[in-house]
Parts: sequence; C-alpha cells; structure tokens
Amino acid sequence: MSKTHVSTCINGDTHEFLCDTQNTLLDVLRHELDLTGSKEGCATGDCGACSVMLDDRLVCACLVLGVEADGKEIETIEGMSSGSELHPIQQKFIDLAALQCGICTPGVLVATKALLTKNKNPSEEEVRFWLAGNLCRCTGYDKIVRAVLEVAADMRNA
Amino acid sequence: MNDMTQNNLERALKIVGTRPPRPDGVDKVTGRALFGSDKSLPNMLVGRVLRSPYAHAKIISIDTSKAEVLNGVKSIVTCADFEDFPSEFVPNGEMIVNLKDITRNIMAREKVLYVGHTVAAVAATSEDIAEKALGLIDIKYEVLPHVLEVEDAEKPDAPVLHEDMMTIGIEPSPKKASNVAKRVEFGFGDVEKGFAEADLIVEREFTTQQVHQGYIEPHACLASVSEDGQADLWCTTQGAFVVRNFCSKLLGLSAAQIKVTASEIGGGFGGKTVVYLEPLALALSRKSGRPVKMEMSRAEVFTSSGPTSGAKVWVKIGVKNDGRIIAGDCVLKYQAGAFQGAPVGPGAMCAFAPYDMVNVRAVGYDIVVNRPKVSAYRAPGGPISEYGVESVLDEIALKLEMDPIEIRLKNAAKEGTIAPYGPKLGPIGMIETLEAAKAHPHYSAPLGPNQGRGIASGFWFNIGGETSSSITINEDGTVGLTLGTTDIGGSRASMAMMASEELGVPMDLIKPVIGDTNSLGFNFLTGGSRATFSTGMTVVRSTREAIEELKKRAALLWEVDLNQVEWVDGHARLIAGDEPKTMSLAQIAKQAGKTGGPIMANCSMNVTGAGPSLGTHIVDVEVDTETGKVSIVRYTAIQDAGKAIHPAYVEGQMQGGAVQGIGWALNEEYIYNDKGELENTGFLDYRIPVCSDVPMIDTVIVEVPNPNHPYGVRGVGETPIIPPLAAISNAVSRATNIRFNELPLSPPKVLAKLMHG
Amino acid sequence: MEYVTPQSASEASQALLQEGAFALAGGTDLLVKLKTRFVSPSIVVDIKRVPKIMTIEQSAEGWWIGAATPCAEIVEHDSLSKDWSGIVEALSLIGSTQIQGRATLGGNLCNASPAADSVPALIAAGATCVISGQTKEREEAVENIVTAPGITTLSKGEFIIGFKLPKPKLRSGDAYLRLIPRSEMDIAVVGAGVSLSVTEDGKIEAVRVSLGAIAPTQVLLTGLEDIFVGKEPDDDAIQKLVAVAEKACKPIKDKRGTIEYRTKIAGVLAKRAFAIALKRANGY
Repeated sequence: MSKTHVSTCINGDTHEFLCDTQNTLLDVLRHELDLTGSKEGCATGDCGACSVMLDDRLVCACLVLGVEADGKEIETIEGMSSGSELHPIQQKFIDLAALQCGICTPGVLVATKALLTKNKNPSEEEVRFWLAGNLCRCTGYDKIVRAVLEVAADMRNA
Repeated sequence: MNDMTQNNLERALKIVGTRPPRPDGVDKVTGRALFGSDKSLPNMLVGRVLRSPYAHAKIISIDTSKAEVLNGVKSIVTCADFEDFPSEFVPNGEMIVNLKDITRNIMAREKVLYVGHTVAAVAATSEDIAEKALGLIDIKYEVLPHVLEVEDAEKPDAPVLHEDMMTIGIEPSPKKASNVAKRVEFGFGDVEKGFAEADLIVEREFTTQQVHQGYIEPHACLASVSEDGQADLWCTTQGAFVVRNFCSKLLGLSAAQIKVTASEIGGGFGGKTVVYLEPLALALSRKSGRPVKMEMSRAEVFTSSGPTSGAKVWVKIGVKNDGRIIAGDCVLKYQAGAFQGAPVGPGAMCAFAPYDMVNVRAVGYDIVVNRPKVSAYRAPGGPISEYGVESVLDEIALKLEMDPIEIRLKNAAKEGTIAPYGPKLGPIGMIETLEAAKAHPHYSAPLGPNQGRGIASGFWFNIGGETSSSITINEDGTVGLTLGTTDIGGSRASMAMMASEELGVPMDLIKPVIGDTNSLGFNFLTGGSRATFSTGMTVVRSTREAIEELKKRAALLWEVDLNQVEWVDGHARLIAGDEPKTMSLAQIAKQAGKTGGPIMANCSMNVTGAGPSLGTHIVDVEVDTETGKVSIVRYTAIQDAGKAIHPAYVEGQMQGGAVQGIGWALNEEYIYNDKGELENTGFLDYRIPVCSDVPMIDTVIVEVPNPNHPYGVRGVGETPIIPPLAAISNAVSRATNIRFNELPLSPPKVLAKLMHG
Repeated sequence: MEYVTPQSASEASQALLQEGAFALAGGTDLLVKLKTRFVSPSIVVDIKRVPKIMTIEQSAEGWWIGAATPCAEIVEHDSLSKDWSGIVEALSLIGSTQIQGRATLGGNLCNASPAADSVPALIAAGATCVISGQTKEREEAVENIVTAPGITTLSKGEFIIGFKLPKPKLRSGDAYLRLIPRSEMDIAVVGAGVSLSVTEDGKIEAVRVSLGAIAPTQVLLTGLEDIFVGKEPDDDAIQKLVAVAEKACKPIKDKRGTIEYRTKIAGVLAKRAFAIALKRANGY
C-alpha cells in the first residue's frame, strides 16, 4: 500500500509525514508524531477526547483523515501552554479540581479554549451545550462548568 | 515515641481539609500524562482479539494455520496456550476468584458464552495485518440456545451454561446443574411475625437493566516478555498487584518474574479490577519474543469487559402507623453474566442497612446468563437493592402522609445498631445526613408544574485491606512517597496532604508517586472506597516512623536522649535546656550521612476498621407528559465523608457518583437483540449523561469521624451512586402520581406508563 | 485505498465513477464506517475543493449553501439564521460542536438515514439541491433524493454540490424539533420540520410539514392544505395535524424507540414545531 506525503503545521511547527490513506488524524498524531495528549475514547466522534483545532475549527481528530490535514493548521493540547507558562484555562482546571482521572481533560481544554475564543462571556447553558460532545464520566461536569465560567470571567477582566 | 495509632480528630489542622493543587495536575492538563495506550516500545507488535459472534456455542475446532503463515503475523494464542485450573475459589487480595472461570473468560475453551467472548488473539507487525489474520482463523461452532434474562435462566428447561454448576446455599444440595450459582441470605428476627404486626405493608417488584461503568479510556496494555521469562507489563488498572497475581497464575510465571506498572488510569469505577487483555498480551509477547501492545475498541469495551448486573428485585416492607419499620424482606436476582459472581451478596447485605431493623431478611440469587461476566461497578450491588427498598419506603411515606425524610429519620441506623448483615455499627452519619438534607434550602424550595422532588438514602460499607507504602526523606529536605494504590481521582494529593500535615512541611516539598509491583509489598487495588482510608493509614504511620527517625538523628547531633526531642512544625525541638533549640527537617536530612545513613520508613498492614458512609440525595425532576422525557432540574448530594482530606475531590466523588446514578436511572441500558447481540456498542446509543443533561450538583459534606482512622476518614467514592436511582424514580413518581418500578426511566418507558399505567 | 482531491466538479464526477469510490465531505459518517470496517473504499474522493461547494451566498432568489460547508459555519451565519431559523436549528442539533465543525448538509442527506436532522427541515422549507454529474448539473427537490435507508436517486458519478433555499415569504417562519433521550449527542427518535406563512389577517397561506425517523425515508405530510390554508389554525386543525402526522408513521421498532412511541411523538412534535413556526411567522 502506498503512503501519501502530508505537510502540516501542528502547534506552530511544520510537520511532514507519510500516511496510509485510511489513517485518521488521530492515528497520525498519536502513532506517527507521538503527540499522545489527544486521547482515543471511541474513534467514532462520540466522546470528544481527541478534540483538536483544524484551521481554527473544533473537530474530533478521529473523524478527520490524516491526508486531509495536508496544508492545514492544527492545534492540539500539546500546544496550549507556552514555554513554562500554563494557559489560564489549564491553571483554572487544576485550581478548581475540574478533573479526576484526566482522560477527557485534554479534549475538554481544547474545546473550552475554542469556546472562549468565540464567546468571551458564555452562559452556563452555552458552556454545557458547547461541551456536550466531551464526555466525562468522573466529575459529573459540575467543576468543569464552574472552571470554564470562572476562567472566562478572569480572562475578560485580564 | 509517637503513638502510631493516635488520632488527630481534635487537633487543629493546617493542610488536611484545604484544597491544594494536585501533584499530577500539570501532567494531566498538558497531555503529558501517560495512560494505558500512550506508551510504545521499539520493535513492538500490535495485538488483536478474535471474538465470538455467538451468544452460546460449542467450539468444535479452531484452525489457525492459515493465519500463522500470513506475512507479518508473529504469534497467535488460543486456549491451548493457557493452563487449565480446577474449580476452586482462591483469594486475590480481598477478591475471591475462581481461576477455572477466569481462564475461560479471558480465552474461551469448550464453549463461547457471550457475543464478544475471546476465542483467539494475534500479534502482528501492523494493525491491518493483525485484523486480516483474525479473518483467517477458522473456528467451527455448534450454536446452542442462549438465555439473557434471569427469569428465563431460572426456568427448568433453560439452556444451561455450565453443566457442572450446582446451586450453592440451598439444602439439600441440588443434583441437577442449573444457571443459579448460589443463594445467599442475611437478616435476623422473624419477618413473618413482623408483617403480621404491621399496620401497612407495601410489596413491589422492580427491574433494572445491565449498565456499564463507562470509563472513557478503553482497556489497554503493553507487555514485554524476554527470553529468560522476565515480564514487564504496563497497563491501565485499578490494581497493579492484583493484575500481577492474576497474570502470574494464568501464565504460570512467578510473582517475581512479572513487573506490573500501572499507567495513569482513565476511569475505572470497578471495571478495571480484573484482567482481559493483559494475559493475552503477555502470552503473545512470550510466544513472539517481542513487545505487544493491545487496546480494546469502544465496542469491545461494551461487549467484552465487565458491566454490572441487570436485576429483578422484590421488596416487601411493613410499618406501624407511626412510620416505624417492623419488617423488611427482599429477594434479589442478579445477572452474573457468563460466569458466577454477581454482586448479590453485598446487594443483600446493604439493602436495609441504612435502617435500624427489627425483623429483616434479604435473599439473593447469583444467576448466570449469556452476557459478559460482570465486574465491580461503584458500590457493586448496592444501587440495585437499595433502589427497591428506597422506592417502597417512599411509597409508604406517601401512604402514611409522612415526610420522606421524617420516615427515614424515624428508622435511621445509628451507633450501636445491629446491621442486617451482622455487625454492630460504630458511629455513622445517617441521621446527620438526613438532618442536613432537611435543613438544605433545596428541600423547601417551591416546585414548578410537572415537577416532583425525590429523596433517597444510601449505605455503603467501604473496606480496608492489604496496603503498603513508603516514605523517603531526601538529603535536600524534600520527601518522597511511594504508594501502591492507583490514583484514580486525586489520591496522590490527599496522601501528600496527610504526610505534609504529619511532618509539618509544605505539601509542595512532598512528591508522591505510584510504585510498580517491584517497589512495594502487595497492595490490594483502588476500590471499595479504600485508597484514602487504607493507603492514608499507611502514609500516616510511615510518616510518624520517619519523624521518630528524624528525632533520633537530631538527638544524636545534639548528643541528648531521644526523649529530650520533640517534633513541632517540621522541626526537631529540644525540650529541656535554657534556650529553645530547633533543627529543621532539611538540616537533619543534610546530615543524614553522618548520623546513620538515608532516612526512610515504610508501613505495611492489613487495614481494618473502615467506616460505612451514608448519603442522602435530593432531586427535582420535570416530566414532559407528552413525550415522557425526564429532565433533572436541581440536584443536591449530602454525604458523610468521615473527614474530607481534600474537600474538592470529595465533592468530585459525590458529583461524579450522582451523575453516574442519573445515567443509570434515566437512559443507560444494555440492549440485546434476539440473537444475543448487543445493539448499542457505542456512546451514541449507550447514553451516559452529557454536560447539557445535568445541572450543577450541589454538595454537602457531613463529617462524622471514623474513629479507626487518624483523621477520621471513611471513604466516599461508592456511596454517591446509590441514592440517585430511587431518588429520581421517586421524584418522577411524585411528579406524575404514578409509581414507577422499572429502570431506566427513558422517554418511551415513561410515556408508555403515563399512557397505559 | 486511494485519496484524491479533485479541483473541479467534472474531475470529482470522473473520480466518483470508479469502482469502489466514496465521496468524502465532512467525513463524520464515512470515517465511522471506515473505522468499523463497514465499508472499504478503493478510492476516497474528497470533494471539498470543488468550486462553490464550501460557500454560503445570498441572491435575489434566496440562498445557496454549498453541500460541503460545515454546519458550524452555517450556524454562525446570522442573516441565514434569521431567514431560515428552523433549518439552522436542525443543523445545530446534529452531533456535538466537534461534529458540527465537520458535518455537512450534503453528507447528512446522502448518508440517507431516516433520522437525519437537517432533512425534514430542508424538505419543509421547499429546498432543492443541485446535483453535479459527469455531463450536466440537475436540480432536484430534497424529498426526491432518498428512497430507502442508505439509498439515494443519485447515479454513479453524481454528487450534490449545493442546496438552494427560496427567499422566505413575508410573514413566514420555520421550525425543527426532534426528540432524543438526552439533551445532545443522540440520533433523533423522531424529527419534525415545519415551514409556513400567514396572511396579513392571520390565516395560513401555505404550510409544509416533514417528519423524520418515522418511516424508511423522511415524509412530507400531505393533505395539510385542506386543513389549514385560508383558515386561522384553531385547536381542531391542530388535532387534525396530529392525526395526519401519526397516520404518516410507518416506523420500525429499534433500540431507539417503539412503534407506538414514535407514532405518538410524531404528532406531539408536529404540533409543537407548528406552534413555533407560527409564532415566528407572526413576528414574535
């Protein structure tokens, strides 16, 4: 089987890789590029643990072919902090105990950042519906929603 | 000498009870934390599993010859690669397991017993080749009739899963094999006499469906067995030592030959307490001489791991007119799945445990059916039996026109109550949580149209068990903790907090790590709400031992008797003498080399004295009477934690448990077709609650200290999944004035009941 | 498996003529089928680079929505949302935020699921789709595309390039409702799209109601003109709508709902969506 050459920009860096056409972007991130921060909980777009930004649009990496990433810009959880500084959303999740096991956390954080880029002052309902595609089985969502609302307020006031 | 068992219940605390950041927080928010499938090794193969398409069939033959010659296939294992065991119940920590069943569950032998049952596994150089190889394995089956429900499995003419299974616990012992593995009974008094004295009796039957823990991380492992038989296993598990023991027995390796390292774990809730892929990966690696990585797909998690039982529950309660329970009786029939081991024992034990009973009986049956073998799920068995009892109690309260909290207060178990399962209870918080519920503003808030408010309580035992941990005082004054129980929801934080409190040094100087199976003595798994309680106990004791050693070293340096030194706020202090003299932990540590070498301590014990945790939940629901859809409008969870070491993570357990319970009550269920195939093998149709399904989950932590723990810890993880089932059902019943006795309360079922009664 | 990215409609059509070719737009259905090995294409034709297939345009006649435009982009389009609230609501219900970042109208229709959320809303609105083939383009009403679960009237080599929505009439409104067991992330147990317009004196001028997940394909209800047109919609008319909706149901029993349940809900949702569309037409 022949592989396709793909050139992308991931978290600001150029990456080139060879990709089997049936491999998803999630397969490529995790297995080719060792970016294992994006998690596979279902591989069918139902859990959101592989949430990434594809040309500034929030998507499930498991529902994108690796070859489709050619020429695109991708942001993953690995690109969220800058240098030794956590992003305020990451810090807030730690401060408010908005994670337990942590498997959904990367996807939730990427989705939250996408929300707050689009809507700086979301209501609780808007947060809940935006994050409806990010399954969390540990927290009951309470502390996640509180963290998103609180960091949104912090970022507005910053 | 510090008293190892001295408790701190009266002491002012500086760290315990606060909300510091967790030590593994940064790794978890940056994607750095490595979970089960995040690790790879050079020269690694991919393992895949061939699973049964039939619910019940005899295996006539297995031919792997075509698959073996496929280029890229490196090893194939079937039941022929695993030793068989006689039927014998042996301990693995606190679990009693039957290796004959375990070896058949990880790899079918004579028969396949559920769709998804493993029949072979392949390791190959790529996922694609492994999948192709599975297609080349030729298995001949003789399909047998199957049975999925307990009421069918009990029938005399039902297909029998295990031809040698005679029901245990009935006299005389049956001569004919059946699907009923065992009967258990708990209780005391004379229920018939009690019912004869009752002013009101309510008797109801309930049905619950099979549900899954629904952890987001599928099972995954990476095994590497070298030519000299040394095995390295990385896997997502609630108990590395338990996995080691399972694998060593199943593969005929010694404990010393297997090192198990628990990865970060993406949820377990009881479902990651046994083995599925691990022995297969080890066997494939041993056969191929190369590392083998295996992961389950989401569909495999649903069809082939260990959900919990669906059940039939019959409950009868008799009360006096003042609401006092005079007799309680229940019969529980739980699905075990393909092999015995339904959690019907604990279900029967805790059914009436929140109450001070006069006459009580709880009978349980463990019944095998052609579904995956059940595993533990958060308070195994408890939610099902207590759902029945709490629903009947609600109906009684309505009939007596009594407040549902009042009737529970009237009957609440308290210190000194004899529990239905035998022991006399120590201090417990049933009354305190009920009083807190009554006082909560939620309880008196007005309800809107089509809304109803439900109340239910829950009891869970909690456990201790074999535990060990160690503490190291580093030469720069920092502290290492090595822990043997998987951190599934923040336990590294609570362990570091307890050590910090004891030592009197800041928490950020303490580094807790989860050790592999070579670094500590046996630890039973993270489960039974035992980690903060049991591991916490060993951390406190080993820390106190380290403090003793630190004092000794200070005494040496000061050339005084040990009894002249005390430990205060992270410093040794000379008691006698004219001027106060102190030496910090760091100063002592720096000189450890000249006072006798490195300072470390460990503690290993079989922890006893766990304290039951009681909870009461209040829920408001709104029912769309035209569609049957139930919405959760408001939710409050109240629970006795004994002592909350890190309150935010205690709240998190309460909130998470409540929402799992909401899922169980409203929409989660295994749906089988008539061929015995599971129809909802993904998160699209196995409907766990999503963020927009639930409101904020308000919490109230009640603290009735457990006298057996230095800080009063009880353990909190399991209790919160118990009350939601009945609380929601009671709320829906009150909103509609129709009693509901079947879960889940999904829209079609609710509407059917509204239309037809 | 081969992967191609045609730059024109005719190139795409050529590629789709090949044996085992599958069109890829948002991929939210195709990738799941690939992963579960439900399909194994020999060639995947990524149609997203075909001109006009990713655009939203307004003209005097109404709206053009490119067939491969992600739902999220459509939902963010303010003036389209004002004109066709019901359609946009339907799109905003498809899957999660993440799914909407990829899912498309063309894919939702061509996947040919009876439960597709956008389709009843499009049918109610009187939408048409433009189909590109090897030699020519053709335009077809949305209700004429799906004939059975998984089966469409598109010939080999044809694909949908975009949808046309008429300019909404004065005093008109549309709405889409669906019933799912949760609040999000489910497949519709029943979906109902309503589009209607009223006269100045509050009488119904025109009405279209389409139901999803109650039969092998979406159903456009018939006989509504007699019930509604030229009259004010009273309780009696609404009861008749409920009866027509229930009668149109030929559902299956499956893991998502019983026949009785689906039938009952079809009437309830038709009634509720009608009420919302009517409010919108009356300008509330």
